Amino acid sequence: MRRLFQFHGGVHLKEHKKDATVQPVQPARLPKQLVLPLQQHIGEPAEPIVKPGDKVLKGQLIARPGNTVSAPVHASSSGTVTAITDHPVSHPSHLNAPCIIIDTDGEERWITNKPAVANYHQLTPEEIRQHVRDAGIVGMGGAGFPSHIKLNPDDHVVDTLILNGAECEPYITCDEMLLRERALEVIVGLRIMRYALQAKRCIIGVENNKPKAIRALDEQVRNTGADFIEVVPVPTVYPTGGEKQLIQVLTGKEVPAGGLPMDIGVVCHNVGTAYAVYRAIEFGEPLISRYVTIAGSVAHARNLEVLIGTPVIDLIEECGGNPNTLSRVILGGPMMGIALHDVRIPATKTTNCVLVNSTIGDVPLASRGKAAMPCIRCGLCAAACPVDLLPQQLYWYAHAKDFDRIQDFHLFDCIECGCCDYVCPSHLPLVHYYRYAKTEIWALQEERRHADIARQRHQFREQRLEREKREKQERHKKKRAALKPAGDKADEAKKAAIQAAMERAKAKREAAQPKNVDNLTPEQQAKIREAEARRAQGKTEQQDNTP
Amino acid sequence: MLAAIIALSIMAAVFGLLLGYAAVRFKVDSDPLVDKIDALLPQTQCGQCTYPGCRPYAEAIARGEADINQCPPGGEATIIALADLLGRDPKPLNPENGVEEDVKTVVEIDEQLCIGCTLCIQACPVDAILGAPKQMHTVIRDECTGCDLCIPPCPVDCINIVPLEPDLKHWKWPPPPDPLETLEEEAS
Repeated sequence: MRRLFQFHGGVHLKEHKKDATVQPVQPARLPKQLVLPLQQHIGEPAEPIVKPGDKVLKGQLIARPGNTVSAPVHASSSGTVTAITDHPVSHPSHLNAPCIIIDTDGEERWITNKPAVANYHQLTPEEIRQHVRDAGIVGMGGAGFPSHIKLNPDDHVVDTLILNGAECEPYITCDEMLLRERALEVIVGLRIMRYALQAKRCIIGVENNKPKAIRALDEQVRNTGADFIEVVPVPTVYPTGGEKQLIQVLTGKEVPAGGLPMDIGVVCHNVGTAYAVYRAIEFGEPLISRYVTIAGSVAHARNLEVLIGTPVIDLIEECGGNPNTLSRVILGGPMMGIALHDVRIPATKTTNCVLVNSTIGDVPLASRGKAAMPCIRCGLCAAACPVDLLPQQLYWYAHAKDFDRIQDFHLFDCIECGCCDYVCPSHLPLVHYYRYAKTEIWALQEERRHADIARQRHQFREQRLEREKREKQERHKKKRAALKPAGDKADEAKKAAIQAAMERAKAKREAAQPKNVDNLTPEQQAKIREAEARRAQGKTEQQDNTP
Repeated sequence: MLAAIIALSIMAAVFGLLLGYAAVRFKVDSDPLVDKIDALLPQTQCGQCTYPGCRPYAEAIARGEADINQCPPGGEATIIALADLLGRDPKPLNPENGVEEDVKTVVEIDEQLCIGCTLCIQACPVDAILGAPKQMHTVIRDECTGCDLCIPPCPVDCINIVPLEPDLKHWKWPPPPDPLETLEEEAS
């Protein structure tokens, strides 16, 4: 039995997980239209390589990654691209983002050239990373960081690879269902990841409220004889599913502030990501579908295997939700999810849950109605904070817009889990304050950067103007000098120059010597003397002739 | 008595020399205060402060000639930062210099109307306008500071101010409602 550790704080929440785990997972109905955002991940948006009118096949690449920290997008089903346009997406700003819109043809025709491999050991770790990148796999726990980067150990030695199956938010059960139904596939995915990272050992962390998932995993680990994989049930406390929290629970090590898990020899991936890696390597399939929980007030709460790009409204209708009575739809869990402003918003690679009208239970929701009251300095938030911050202080500094001081209290270590929010007796929207402060600070930094560039450009311009002025003056001076009548001084200079030239020519003439006069025979010497005598005679005759 | 006077005189002389040497040895060429003030200014180079650019304004503040509330593009945030740096009390923006705009703006040249006179290029303090005589000009959007100095010289009035639309990358969370204010509202 592995010794487990604890992180500071955390809260116990009502789980609400039973409803959606009764029925087995089925593929969701094929939607008429797929909406594929170009940015479903952290980093640069992907660049579309199709145009409206193009026919695409299921699994076809339709947008390539923008740079290293980016991920491609693939068509989730066959059909016709109808538009590449701005469409509502799940973002708290309610702004639209560029999306590729595909009208499906219902045929689900796959691409024919899937790069499948029989045995991943035939590939090098680098090739596996390339496959993972080409398959568009990103962290499926919610953050959406491109996975190929997290599969690259660089110069780190990875001791432990952790698979995160904690899934601590209420209502969400997609990882649990995946583990129950596809335990073997997840474990093969984990082995591929371990090979890519050259990690020593693997731990699968699952909250102990999912006994069926743990049993399924245990059985498969035993069957495959993978003794380097350990399935560890962890206590059910929110937010155990946070990357840093799970690492702390399983290893007792804390990820340094501003650092990465890799710095302490640990890498953590979501179980859904492992499954996607398995599909990509063994079958050459890109990431085009995922498990999504549809919960809350729908007739049949359940998990569906959803094509990426399926509009949320289609999923709600399939599960018996009434589209006319939707008051609040949340994408993600009740603690950290985003309230949607438009139900045509598509499910993306990071969508784990669609929560419909969930006012049931004691869970604070992303946009709750209760009016906030002043802070009474009770300190409950500090006791609940899993990162051991002082939420109250952060709140006061955010409120006072003191963005220097708030960073001294480690605002950027806040994981926005909402524990402080949940326990606050004054119902202060604390996480909103931190998000506000974070974006304000980023905007200030951006402004500073812009100002620095503007300062440089201004200084350069000043210098340029100064230089141009000087050059103009000099040109002016030269012209004046050229206009002046040639005085004695100029004459003298000219004469001196001519004299110097003549002297140079004379010196050159004198320096000139006949060549090949060394080592001559006496006869040749005699001939030369004769010739010279003739020349001298000729010269004197010439002189005599001239009058 | 005499010994004390002599001892004190010698000490005074020694310390005087030491201080004099230190003043020469550790002399600072440029005024660091000006650099610090300049770093807080928004570098729009718009001249609304009545000085010909941000650095001259910084120098004027350092000399004590100018007040800290003359920079409309920087607005409240800059005034607070300057007050912090200089140990003064923040004060509201001087309305004579202008008003703080809520939305950041840049300019755009209507290329159909532009006659290629280069007057705007000469006016731009950060060389953010590209063009040549008798060729239409255009604004490098990323470099434009929104100072609007190019607008008055344009003979055909083809330069327009456009607000910078927020995009997903630069979007900011709005400040949450103040609980004290909601309390007061309820009370009234």
